Amino acid sequence: MRHIISLLMENEAGALSRVAGLFSARGYNIESLTVAPTEDATLSRMTIVTVGSEDVIEQITKQLNKLVDVIKVMDLSDGRHIERELMLVKVKAVGLAREEMKRTADIFRGRIIDVTDATYTIELTGTGSKLDAFLEAIDPAFIIETVRTGASGIGRGERSLKI
Amino acid sequence: MEVTGAEIVVRCLAEEGVEFVFGYPGGAVLNIYDEIFKQNKFKHVLVRHEQAAVHAADAYARATGRVGVALVTSGPGVTNAVTGIATAYMDSIPIVVVTGQVPTPAIGLDAFQEVDTVGITRPCVKHNFLVKDVKDLAVTMKKAFIIAATGRPGPVVVDVPKDVTAHLTEFVYPATVEMRSYNPVVKGHSGQLKRAVQMLLEAERPMIYAGGGVVLGDASPQLVELTRLLGFPITNTLMGLGGHPATDRQNLGMLGMHGTYEANMAMQHCDVLLAVGARFDDRVIGDPAHFAREQRRIIHIDVDPSSISKRVKVDVPIVGDVQNVLTDILALLKQAKEKPAAAALNAWWTQIELWRSKNCLKYNQSGAIIKPQYVVEKLWEVTKGDAYITSDVGQHQMWAAQYYKFDKPRRWINSGGLGTMGVGLPYAMGVQLAFPDAQVACITGESSIQMCIQELSTCKQYRIPVKVVTLNNRYMGMVRQWQEFFYGSRYAESYMESLPDFVKLAEAYGHVGMRIDKPEDVEAALKEAFSPALKERLVFMDFQTDQTENVFPMVEGGKGLSEMILAEEL
Ligand SMILES: Cc1cc2nc3c(=O)[nH]c(=O)nc-3n(C[C@H](O)[C@H](O)[C@H](O)COP(=O)(O)OP(=O)(O)OC[C@H]3O[C@@H](n4cnc5c(N)ncnc54)[C@H](O)[C@@H]3O)c2cc1C
Ligand SMILES: Cc1ncc(C[n+]2csc(CCOP(=O)(O)OP(=O)(O)O)c2C)c(N)n1
Ligand SMILES: [Mg+2]
Repeated sequence: MRHIISLLMENEAGALSRVAGLFSARGYNIESLTVAPTEDATLSRMTIVTVGSEDVIEQITKQLNKLVDVIKVMDLSDGRHIERELMLVKVKAVGLAREEMKRTADIFRGRIIDVTDATYTIELTGTGSKLDAFLEAIDPAFIIETVRTGASGIGRGERSLKI
Repeated sequence: MEVTGAEIVVRCLAEEGVEFVFGYPGGAVLNIYDEIFKQNKFKHVLVRHEQAAVHAADAYARATGRVGVALVTSGPGVTNAVTGIATAYMDSIPIVVVTGQVPTPAIGLDAFQEVDTVGITRPCVKHNFLVKDVKDLAVTMKKAFIIAATGRPGPVVVDVPKDVTAHLTEFVYPATVEMRSYNPVVKGHSGQLKRAVQMLLEAERPMIYAGGGVVLGDASPQLVELTRLLGFPITNTLMGLGGHPATDRQNLGMLGMHGTYEANMAMQHCDVLLAVGARFDDRVIGDPAHFAREQRRIIHIDVDPSSISKRVKVDVPIVGDVQNVLTDILALLKQAKEKPAAAALNAWWTQIELWRSKNCLKYNQSGAIIKPQYVVEKLWEVTKGDAYITSDVGQHQMWAAQYYKFDKPRRWINSGGLGTMGVGLPYAMGVQLAFPDAQVACITGESSIQMCIQELSTCKQYRIPVKVVTLNNRYMGMVRQWQEFFYGSRYAESYMESLPDFVKLAEAYGHVGMRIDKPEDVEAALKEAFSPALKERLVFMDFQTDQTENVFPMVEGGKGLSEMILAEEL
């Protein structure tokens, strides 16, 4: 099963490598990992998307909690939550395709954030599957490059992860 | 007044009441060594290899329960120390290792003797620190000692760049440090405690399985009281030996791969299992699928939540410090109106005594060749069961565990989790320094002892009078045993050719050497070694033992716990 795990940790040098090292040392999957400081600059918030049986996920959360730098861990998939990912796509935009690209981006509520004679760079946010759907909707021959942030997640309603 | 980082390191160690620092100097730690030279609060013990420094600090911690300390230089000093750190990590031993590092401006530039210490040690420490600012040094040292000793103990590395040891700041050593990200749970959940007590009282075929956590958590008195109160059988893991007295009738001996028949059978067939500070290691329960075939309910007490339901699903998890939890359980049991089910328990004991009557550790000392088991039994007699025993890794380790009956915790010092050959002699040094008047013996093999043999020199320098009991079978016996059983007796590279003359070797280092070839000389040799005349001397005993003796019982890798090979079956 796919799980999305959020955690708060001390914003210290090497903290990220402790988490990454834990996953590789114990053979856990990482589909994506995002991290940045929170509004409190002493804290980092990390979102990890992983896949594993219930037993493995239980071990992952326990092992994460055990890291001395980690303050709190929450498996967002245990309850209602929102997930978002940002993608930037650079596409060829020449001739007829120029109009077509703009239309597809509009349909997916994407924004064109950089324009040249021959290219568009489109910004899209959404769930991972929405981003996948966009990439499927355009002709792969027109894609120059894509960059995705991996998922960030947050609990719905009152559910929150804070210290 | 401002002082240097080096002085801060030394004063922190003094504030912690450190008695011994085991170490080896080098460029990056010269400032610290200069401060060590000027102080007299603790003693520095100069080892001959950094691995031994960490092992000795580790043994000091195992024997005393206090944090052990090692000090090594950057680069090769650190890489040499890694085996020691990983050994302590696997057995959850509290040590602090201070490592020198190249000056901060040189970090990352492939400087002379630079390694990424924090990176290299990360997977085998409880936590580590790189101190980049001298103002953080004292607080970091305090954190290191707190983290090493609390919760599930473990090694902590503090990496200190050379320029930081020269920088100046005020020295303030905090009495304690709050860490918002580090708060081990120590009290058991009251609801779970009640469920556990209920389950224990309902048990018909109960079993207590106690591990290293009982020793680490100093909960032996509580465990003994609980076992008496309930009248249940108990077994110890290799790491738990001594946590409950081996000579007590309720104690079924060690369980696991080389555990006793009665302990393994009772473990497999019990209906309620109380696991205390033990982690269901693969050497203990064998094949988890086979173990799960029998229905049983499991209560598991451990301070580390990640030890619980890792390899075996449990019914009542209790996260907490074992001493606290057992104290609470004892109180609840004493209040309870019910008593353990007497009739069922009697029937269970009858069954257990039947298993015990197989006498699975029986061996036959006849003929002209010394049986290794016999040496250990005699050692137990000669030392009146009251010595500190360290061991290396191999068959001799298992015979030590099976035949030396440990009645007290912290007397059995060995590497269980990592199984590190070479620990025996430095372990004995750490213990003997902590307890100068105690009898300390290192049970070792002719292969293992050669992995840290250079420490005979350290023993000479500091007059450490340990007794080395070498069970010399001219083989890497444990390897040979597996090759005999599973590789058609093809003994690939497991024969130790060109062994040194250990008697001369010991003498060359300034010690007493003895070679014992005949069974009838075993006891006399041991008595002499432990006699007042040799009390101040290191005695190296080279017992020429049966080359082909194997360790039994044995559960093959991947087999079930009750599928043991017994000596008599061969
Ligand atoms: C050659 C060889 C053969 C071996 N054969 C055997 C064998 O036959 N039988 C055997 O048992 N082992 C054997 N071992 C050892 C084995 O590999 C493991 O090291 C050992 O079984 C682990 O012991 P343990 O479960 O007691 O855990 P430990 O490693 O001692 O772990 C202690 C547990 O207690 C917890 N704990 C620590 N402090 C506290 C506290 N204060 N409160 C609560 N919990 C705490 C920890 O979190 C941990 O889960 C062998 C090793 C070697 C090298
Ligand atoms: C550092 C290290 N290398 C290799 C091993 C694998 N190993 C386990 S036991 C053993 C043989 C030990 O031989 P010896 O010390 O003579 O003890 P014996 O089994 O003969 O009693 C070996 C090589 C190990 N445990 N540690
Ligand atoms: Mg040998």
